Amino acid sequence: MSEAKKTPFYEKHVALEGKIVDYSGWLLPVQFPQGLVEEVHATRRKATLFDVSHMGEVSVEGKDAEAFLQKVVTNDISGLKDGAIIYSPVCYPDGGVVDDILIYRINKNNFFLVVNAANTDKDYDWFLENLSGDVELQNLSPHFAQLALQGPESVAILQQITAEPLAEMKYYHFKKDVAVAGVKCIVSRTGYTGEDGFEVYCSNDEAPSLWDAIWEAGQKHDLSPAGLGARDVLRLEAAMPLYGHELEREITPLQARLDRFVALEKPVSFNGQEALRRQKQEGMKRLLFGLEMLERGVPREGYPVTAGEEEIGWVSSGSYSPTLDKFIAMAFLDPEVVKANEELKVVIRSRSYRARTTKLPFYRREK
Amino acid sequence: MMDYKIVDGVRYTQKHEWVRPEGETAKVGLSDYAQDKLGEIVFVELPEVGVEVEAGKSSAVIESVKAVADLYAPIDGKVVEVNEELLDQPELINSDPYGEGWVYKVEIRDGNQLEILMDKKAYEVFVAEEEEE
Repeated sequence: MSEAKKTPFYEKHVALEGKIVDYSGWLLPVQFPQGLVEEVHATRRKATLFDVSHMGEVSVEGKDAEAFLQKVVTNDISGLKDGAIIYSPVCYPDGGVVDDILIYRINKNNFFLVVNAANTDKDYDWFLENLSGDVELQNLSPHFAQLALQGPESVAILQQITAEPLAEMKYYHFKKDVAVAGVKCIVSRTGYTGEDGFEVYCSNDEAPSLWDAIWEAGQKHDLSPAGLGARDVLRLEAAMPLYGHELEREITPLQARLDRFVALEKPVSFNGQEALRRQKQEGMKRLLFGLEMLERGVPREGYPVTAGEEEIGWVSSGSYSPTLDKFIAMAFLDPEVVKANEELKVVIRSRSYRARTTKLPFYRREK
Repeated sequence: MMDYKIVDGVRYTQKHEWVRPEGETAKVGLSDYAQDKLGEIVFVELPEVGVEVEAGKSSAVIESVKAVADLYAPIDGKVVEVNEELLDQPELINSDPYGEGWVYKVEIRDGNQLEILMDKKAYEVFVAEEEEE
């Protein structure tokens, strides 16, 4: 393993006494002194700032860019307008997942992809392997820093330092070349927390001054920093999948209930189309469910789930939820058995704890 | 460096448990340093009253939002009481690690086992060294 990389915000995290960990080869704060629970509350009630510079960015350009993407992603991007963003899994021909990504359409010949940090190189190789026609790929990850400003106060904070009318920006839309405190940025109304907010991309050189400007603008709105720990809990409460947990090589997007991001009827064929159509028809032995513990116990990744004596699946992500004050999990379970059983059990260190399935997402913000 | 509370009258292990002798029995808990490293504690799996715990072996499980940690028994002995308050308020370990956040009480079997554990001064040095790493 090469040495873990520092993002341009590393010094900021250290100054704020963030607890630094190596995450996918990046030195990032897992939490700050106020603690993960407070960071979750602050995101839901006020606003928090996350360093997400580890995310990868890939540009796809050329007159066949759209055709190329239509082939590698499961969602249908043909209706995507300039300035709009779409979420999509990327599948192997057998339906297993390469990654889940965001696709920003700059214009019909130019797209900007945001991919998971740990998958950046794998994705890039996979894209190259599937390349045809007039398409130029560029891995822009080394040049970009990214901040996520999340929470109900996000618009009020960011608006102080940009002339771009942010309230008019719709969810899953973006603008490029936006001046934020004099720094040229891509600003998108997106996030991974279930709250309103923005993701802001800029060059590494200008990143520290962008942080300072947002930080200062946030002071009268109680802006606080948040780490990877809070990010993981927030996305779990909002039931957003995380690659390596709800999506992976051996799990299809249909199993993760991402049906609305899989355009099975897309007029052009795409990787995984046949396999996923077949799976849709045949049904699945393991399907994603939400679980809520009926007694105190922390369901964690990998723990078995049982019904009676039978093991019916596993927890893919689980945690204490500060927002709901409950213990929650997402789990891949046998849908037939779930239907027939009111109560299930999660096996935690060889002891069984009562649980029941619950509707996803666990948390949905009021709009 | 952060300031951790390190109290007198208890002995400390290298895994950051504390043990406080009170006559024939001793209370066991997690040090302030350990609770701070773990973060907000949300669940405690207590031993059953009557079980024999063995020094150096896991005797309880303490979980924060992100981590699962074993509480290793500082000394051998039979568990005679557990702190059931922790079932509903595991955060007592964060707020009062040496007081209301105690985990269980054991019968002391071998007093010598206490002698080899660290006192306040030794533990202060130990924590300071661990912090530097």
